[in-house]
Amino acid sequence: MQPMHHIISTREYTKEMFDEILELAEKLEPIAKGEVQSKVMDGKILALLFFEPSTRTRMSFETAMLRLGGQFINMGAVEASSIAKGESLSDTIRVVSQYADAVVLRHPREGAALMASECASTPIINAGDGAGHHPTQTLLDLYTIKRESHLDNLNIALAGDLKYGRTIHSLCYALSRYHAKINLVSPPELRLPDRIVDDLRKRNIDVTITTDMEDVIEDIDILYMTRIQRERFPDPAEFNRVSNSMRITRELIQTAKPEMKIMHPLPRVNEISFDVDDTEHAAYFKQAFYGVPVRMAILCKVLGMEDRIREMK
Amino acid sequence: MANESTDKNSDKHGDKNNLRIKAIENGTVIDHITPGQALNVLNILRVGANFTNTVSIVMNAGGSRGDKDVVKIEGRELTEKEVNAISLISPKATVNIIRDFEVVQKGKIETPDSVCGIVKCINPNCITNSSEPIETRFVVTENEKKKTLALRCVFCESVLTEDLIQFIE
Ligand SMILES: [Zn+2]
Repeated sequence: MQPMHHIISTREYTKEMFDEILELAEKLEPIAKGEVQSKVMDGKILALLFFEPSTRTRMSFETAMLRLGGQFINMGAVEASSIAKGESLSDTIRVVSQYADAVVLRHPREGAALMASECASTPIINAGDGAGHHPTQTLLDLYTIKRESHLDNLNIALAGDLKYGRTIHSLCYALSRYHAKINLVSPPELRLPDRIVDDLRKRNIDVTITTDMEDVIEDIDILYMTRIQRERFPDPAEFNRVSNSMRITRELIQTAKPEMKIMHPLPRVNEISFDVDDTEHAAYFKQAFYGVPVRMAILCKVLGMEDRIREMK
Repeated sequence: MANESTDKNSDKHGDKNNLRIKAIENGTVIDHITPGQALNVLNILRVGANFTNTVSIVMNAGGSRGDKDVVKIEGRELTEKEVNAISLISPKATVNIIRDFEVVQKGKIETPDSVCGIVKCINPNCITNSSEPIETRFVVTENEKKKTLALRCVFCESVLTEDLIQFIE
């Protein structure tokens, strides 16, 4: 028997590992769109354990499972569950992993998914552990870039909160596997941690750092925007100044390449003005959809069904 | 091999080059401890006020390698976990086990590749700092800028430089 395949972090993923999931996702896209019916997960049950709310991620997994003909179970609100009675996460995982064929876990503490994988009897899929990893987000970001632009010879700008945004950190490491040129655009106080910049440069990645979006807008293929949180700034005036300087408007993107695409993990507040939505550049709603085929691919991977998918016409 | 036999006579001779500590019958001599770390070594070994056997501490002794601390503990041998912990704060230390005044085992400490259940993670939100029944686990790496030892938490990836290492009580 093959060892159990968990999805905990993409940090150590090679290009081949990323490509495998991305290719599966592409194969599964017609099913994700409902154009083709599938029963590949018939009789399979996915357990969703969300210890903090993340409606979109949860719904995206539910959709993925249903589209593949499988079913899911949910623990419901934390307050009503055994966790409220003080049960440990490890006990919960030991029990629930016997009910289902795979477990999706979202937990507020860093390292929760790794610990869970060590006591589970079925594969664990990390749907976010605190400020730690969120591998399905990273994979769907890569998939969006692949579908809406290209991963090879990519010139990308990562903008907004680069300091605290875990999606950005994981994406940086993933992009380094494709030798992307990375432009970091952020206010000085929200710069990408030096440790990560050093790691990227050690991998021979061309990294530029700026505070001004206009420095990079003409050259990039992808503009990946993130939300700047008000809580990061004690002074409201400072927050307003910073968030306005980072705002993506129609005016700003006038000089961009016509095929330049804008991504955002959503929800957005006002980082992207609404009049950008109906331009050819807006890819953030598609990005949200791509979460479905990518999560389908991940489910197929952890349940050892990748060969069946590859053989699919 | 005799157990620092010169020590036995050092009071009589007043030999300044030798340590002014009595030899021990059964126990452990931890030598070549990084200066200033002797008390931390005792903390790791949980040798405190409740410990009733003889414990000798020498701080900043003039050994052959220059300054060092030395700890001798009567009636106590070290577990692997304790040796690993000592290696983190004092990579050049040696551990000599004494039985019946003889050194039966003498060895340099080797810094392990990883340490489990010894050090506390600095990140309060790390799963190892919750009530889960789980041991901490760190990979031993190098602090590249300072060329000193650093630990990376396997669970949350927090990096602990030497000054941030805290042992589990
Ligand atoms: Zn940790």
